[in-house]
Amino acid sequence: MTTATPPSTVDSLDALDRLESEAIHIFREVAGEFDRPVILFSGGKDSTVLVHLAVKAFWPAPVPFPLLHVDTGHNFAEVLRFRDDVVRRHGLRLEIAEVQDWIDRGALKERPDGTRNPLQTVPLLDSINDGKFDAVFGGGRRDEERARAKERIFSLRNAFGQWEPKRQRPELWNLYNGRHRPGEHVRVFPLSNWTELDVWRYIQRESIELPSIYFTHRREVHKRDGMWLASGPWGGPRDGEEVHELSVRYRTVGDGSCTGAVESEASTVDDVIAEVQASRLTERGATRADDRMSEAAMEDRKREGYF
Amino acid sequence: MSDLLRLATAGSVDDGKSTLVGRLLYDTKSVLADQLDAVTRASVDRGLSTPDLSLLVDGLRSEREQGITIDVAYRYFATPKRTFVLADTPGHVQYTRNTVTGASTAQLAVLLVDARKGVLEQTRRHAAVLALLGVPQLVLAVNKIDLVDYDEGIFEVIAKEFTEHATRLGYPIGSVLSIPVSALHGDNVVTPSESTSWYEGPTLLDHLENVPVEADRDSAPDAPFRFPVQYVIRPRTKEFADYRGYAGQVSTGSVKPGDEVVVLPSGGRTTVERVDVHNGQLDEASTGQSVTLVLADNLDVSRGDLIASAADAPTVTDELDVTLAWLSDTELRPGARLLVKHGTKTVQAIVTDLRARFDEQKLSTVESPELLRLNEIGHATVRVSEPLPVDEYAVSRRTGAFLLIDPSDGSTLAAGLVGKPLEVQP
Repeated sequence: MTTATPPSTVDSLDALDRLESEAIHIFREVAGEFDRPVILFSGGKDSTVLVHLAVKAFWPAPVPFPLLHVDTGHNFAEVLRFRDDVVRRHGLRLEIAEVQDWIDRGALKERPDGTRNPLQTVPLLDSINDGKFDAVFGGGRRDEERARAKERIFSLRNAFGQWEPKRQRPELWNLYNGRHRPGEHVRVFPLSNWTELDVWRYIQRESIELPSIYFTHRREVHKRDGMWLASGPWGGPRDGEEVHELSVRYRTVGDGSCTGAVESEASTVDDVIAEVQASRLTERGATRADDRMSEAAMEDRKREGYF
Repeated sequence: MSDLLRLATAGSVDDGKSTLVGRLLYDTKSVLADQLDAVTRASVDRGLSTPDLSLLVDGLRSEREQGITIDVAYRYFATPKRTFVLADTPGHVQYTRNTVTGASTAQLAVLLVDARKGVLEQTRRHAAVLALLGVPQLVLAVNKIDLVDYDEGIFEVIAKEFTEHATRLGYPIGSVLSIPVSALHGDNVVTPSESTSWYEGPTLLDHLENVPVEADRDSAPDAPFRFPVQYVIRPRTKEFADYRGYAGQVSTGSVKPGDEVVVLPSGGRTTVERVDVHNGQLDEASTGQSVTLVLADNLDVSRGDLIASAADAPTVTDELDVTLAWLSDTELRPGARLLVKHGTKTVQAIVTDLRARFDEQKLSTVESPELLRLNEIGHATVRVSEPLPVDEYAVSRRTGAFLLIDPSDGSTLAAGLVGKPLEVQP
C-alpha cells in the first residue's frame, strides 16, 4: 500500500540540476532568437529565482535584457526595497509601470472591491507594446493552477496580448518555436516544470535571498473571505472585521488587497520547506482571493493578457 | 532505479483519461484540500453525487463545458518510490497533435481503452504515434471494467488484440502491460480490486513505481558527444575582456577539457579548453547539462553550429531522409517550401519527395501519396538550404529530431524524425 508525500519533482540534487539546466537552456534560446526580451520581476520568490537563473545563464556576461515590474501601488514596502536591491546588486535595468499612472490618466478605473490585481493587464500590455518587447519571461509554474497546467513553455500571444488555448502550438522535445508575426509576442515560462517545493529547495541550495515577508513576523491582520489580510495603502478592515496581531508569513507575494498571509512560525528556509511539505493547501488556494472569483478565474485573466 | 518517470496518457475520447489521472492524483493524496473542495463544489453544481475527478485536470472552461480534454495538462506528483511528471493528453482526433507533444519526452505511456468498445481507430493511431516517437514502455489500461461486470474474457480479448498490434509496431514482449481498471471506482489504479480476483498483475501505480525505465538512449555513457551552440558569450568587460564561450546544453554524450571536437557544418577541429558554469569550471559535463564551452582555438562558431566529438561526428547533409508526423490542418504536398528547425538552427527547406504514407490502422504503407493530411505519418525527402549535422532518431531523440515550420505564420506543422524510426514487423 502506498502512502504519499507532497508533490515535488525533486528527490535529489540531480533533479534540481535538471530543472536548473532546463531553465538556463530556455533563457539562452530566447536570447538567441528574439530581439527584445524582458523579464517580469516583482520581487516575489519565483521571479527572484528567475533572475538568479538568468544571471547564471549568461555569466560572465551581464544579463542581456531588462526587467519590468507592473507595480499596482499596493505592494509591500519590504518587497519593493528588496526589488531595488536585487536590481542594484546584479547591475540590471528595471522598468516600472505604475498602475496608478493609468488610473490618473483615466485609462483604468479603480474596482469597487479595491483590488488592483486584475488592473495589471492593461499596463503590462501597454508596456510590452511601448518597449517593443517580443519575448516576456514570467515566473509562472504549471503546478500553480489548472489553467497554468495547460500552458506551453513558449506561449504565443496575439496582437492583443491574448492567450488562445485552442491554438497553442505543439511543443515537441526541447525544440521551442518562438516565431511570431509583428505585434505578437511570446510569453516564456522557464519555471514551468518546477513545483513550489522545488523553488524553495533551490532557494535553499543556492542561498538566494528573499523579501523578509516570506518568513514569520508579527503583523496586524483582519479576516476576510477566510484569509488574513493586512492593512495598507489599499485599505484596512471593514466594519465588523476584527484586527488581530499574529505571527504570519506570506506564501505568495502580490497585490496587498487580495494576497493573504498564513499563520506561521517559519523563520528560515528550512522551516518553510518543512511547512510547505506538510501543507494540505496549494499556495494560491491558501492566499489568493483573485483565483477564488470563479472556476475559471485564472484562465479568463490569461485570455485577457495577464501573466 | 531512476527517481523520475515521465509519462503520458493517451487513448480515444471518452475513455476516461482525465478521470484516471484525477483518480491517480486523488488516491496518492496528491490533491490538496482546496483543489478537492473546488472540484466537489463544481460537481455538486453539475448535479453529481460524487466528485468528478476529471475536473481536477480539465483546466480550461471549454474542456469542462464539453467534458473533453483539449490540451495537454502537466501534473507533478510523488510517492516515496518515485517522482512523476505526467502529461495528460487529449483523446479527440482533432487534438492528436497535443498527444504528440506529450509523447515526445515520455518514457512510458498509459493508453486507455473502454472495456465496452475495445481497441478503436484512435487507439491504433495513438499507439503508432507512441511507437514513432520512441516511447519505450506502454501500459494498456482497460478502463470501465466495472461496466462489463469485471469480465475476464472481455479483458483478455482486448489485451491480446492490443499486444499483438504493439508487437508489430516494434514493442518487444515485456514492454507492454495490460491492466483492468475502473478509474471511476478506483479498481487497480492504486488499490488492488476485489472484483478482479482473476487478475494477478500489479496495480497501475505499482507498475509506474517499479517499471524499469530504460535509461534514456541519449544519456547512455557511450553516446557520442553533441552540443548545439545556443549563444556566444562575450562579456567585453574589463575582467573578462577576451572571454569567448559557447553556451549550450549537452544533447548526448559527455565532454571534458582536452576532448577533441569538430565544429559543424564548417568542419573546423579544436580541443575543449574549459567547461564553464557560473563562477566555476567542471571536470566533465554530460547529457542535459547547460554549460559554456571555451575552445582552444579561435574558430568561427555561432548560434546554430553543432560542436561534436571529432572521433564520432554526425553526418552532415543537405538532403534528409525523414519520417514526418503531420500536425496541421493544412495539407502537405511535394514541393512545399517550409522551415526546418533542428537543434539551434533554422533553415529553409523543400519537401522534394513524398515517398510513402504510413497506414497506422492496417500497418501498411501507401507508396507516393499525393499529400499528407492532419495526423498522418509519412516518409519524405527534405532538401535544406544549408547542410545540417544529423543523427538517426533511433539513435538520438535530440539530434535526430526537428520541426517543420510554416514560414508565413510561424506555426509548427510537423514533428520530423531523421530516418525511419517506425519499422513495422510483418
